[in-house]
Amino acid sequence: MLEQIELRVKGLNFYYAGGIHALKQINLPVRSKQVTALIGPSGCGKTTLLRCFNRMHDLYPGNRYEGEIHFVKDDILSPDMDLISLRSRIGMVFQKPTPFPMSIFDNIAYGLKLKGVSKRPELSEKVERALKNAALWDEVKDKLNASAYDLSGGQQQRLVIARALAVNPEVLLFDEPTSALDPISTAKIEELTETLKKEVTIVIVTHNMQQAARISDWTGFLMLGELIEYDRTDKIFTAPSEKLTEDYVTGRFG
Amino acid sequence: MAKILKKSPADLIFSSVTALASFSIIVFIAGILYVLISESSLAIKQFGVIKFLTSTDWDPVKESFGALTNIYGTMLTTFLSLLLAIPVAIGIAVFVTEIAPGFLKGPIGIAIELLAAIPSIIYGMWGLFTLSPIMANHIEPFLKKTVGGLPLIGMLFEGTPMGIDILTASVILSIMIIPFTASIARDSFNLTPSVVKESAYAIGATKWEVIKNIVMPYSKLGVFGGVVLSLGRALGETMAVAFVLGNNHRITTSLLDAAATITVTLANEFAEADNDVYLSSLFYLALVLFVMSFITLAVAKIFLLKAERKHSQ
Repeated sequence: MLEQIELRVKGLNFYYAGGIHALKQINLPVRSKQVTALIGPSGCGKTTLLRCFNRMHDLYPGNRYEGEIHFVKDDILSPDMDLISLRSRIGMVFQKPTPFPMSIFDNIAYGLKLKGVSKRPELSEKVERALKNAALWDEVKDKLNASAYDLSGGQQQRLVIARALAVNPEVLLFDEPTSALDPISTAKIEELTETLKKEVTIVIVTHNMQQAARISDWTGFLMLGELIEYDRTDKIFTAPSEKLTEDYVTGRFG
Repeated sequence: MAKILKKSPADLIFSSVTALASFSIIVFIAGILYVLISESSLAIKQFGVIKFLTSTDWDPVKESFGALTNIYGTMLTTFLSLLLAIPVAIGIAVFVTEIAPGFLKGPIGIAIELLAAIPSIIYGMWGLFTLSPIMANHIEPFLKKTVGGLPLIGMLFEGTPMGIDILTASVILSIMIIPFTASIARDSFNLTPSVVKESAYAIGATKWEVIKNIVMPYSKLGVFGGVVLSLGRALGETMAVAFVLGNNHRITTSLLDAAATITVTLANEFAEADNDVYLSSLFYLALVLFVMSFITLAVAKIFLLKAERKHSQ
């Protein structure tokens, strides 16, 4: 089966402001409507790579990219790239839940309002759909005007996912989305990725190898800023071609 | 086991000393309040509470005193100075935390703190010799010409621009309190977790949208605290306004008129208080200021506590 490629990383090098060469010659396809996991020991560059996809590194001065990331017809790393529209097409969910200081409804509606949706019925409908897609609707439908801080950590993380989904992104980036959550909330989010990938392409950075094995279709293994191996997840975890990958997934280091 | 619970002598001494230091504050406050009340008892007997607070008299010759003109001057200058200072201070805080490039952040931060370190008498001198002529020759005539003709607003700019008036005093006061508000606002802005800001950027917010929708709501409690601190400072400030407010016990609608605040009256008139009622009335005035500051801070504290509780839920 030949899947469509959503994002194609070509010869990517990334340098942090201090001159640290954090990503070296990365080549990686991200397949459409699939879950791609990025694994590797701490400091290997997996989060750095994830943050290249929505140009998060641009928020801090001095960071530098080299190479290309193709996204449909565009190059994400092009200086002409419109970051505002890029970030509404590629959503991101962070390690810790990051609700905004506003009501549950307004949290979800925020991205829509930024995109210019202002009619109340349209907002309500899209907020409801996003909350349903994030499997949170039944828990919050009676308290949409309550503060987002009233929710539990797991609910907050699903709220953040709903917020990202509301603007209809083509890709969702997950940066260790469950590392701050309890096992039950983690299971809910893992289930969610399963249903979400019918609609969006998912790239997930995780420390938890079982998680990568459970939910991803493809896995990239990074070490010291280099992509050591990229393949189907079952192959990476059962019959990797590289010795380093085998050592890592069998728990010999990392 | 009982032995372990027993405090060692050194511990006992240490805890007594710290307790003593803490209780001494309460003793000081009580002592000050006692002196204010006992010294003003003569005036309290003579004028009562309601009459003293509502009377605009301040007549040493007839020995008839009321606090209203002073209260009015204090509240008006404080209000105006906050009105001028808050937008500037928030602007500074936004620039320093979110907009300025790294190499500018440090110097601007230090400049703000230096502004806070200047003794208030120097603000007063600068106000009298520099600001007051500028106000009288340029700014006040300009205001009269532009907004002075409007109905209602025009009332605020009646009279001759002298430069020694409510407006000039409020401007100096606002410059004095800007650093307090700005540095507290800056510290509260910095408390916004960067990951929350990043999440807003990550769904396509611009810098301005992040500041307006995330940073500001996140830090409004802290900014409010800064405003209250400035309010307390503006209420009690004496030297900066004493030079440029004139000493005029009259209630006026025009900001170009001289006025009196409680603190300025106290600073100017103790030396000339030649009879017991006059002296006692000055103490009474100080008591009024004490109560005003106390009420302001108490209201602010209650407000902050409520808001904090709401925030932490």
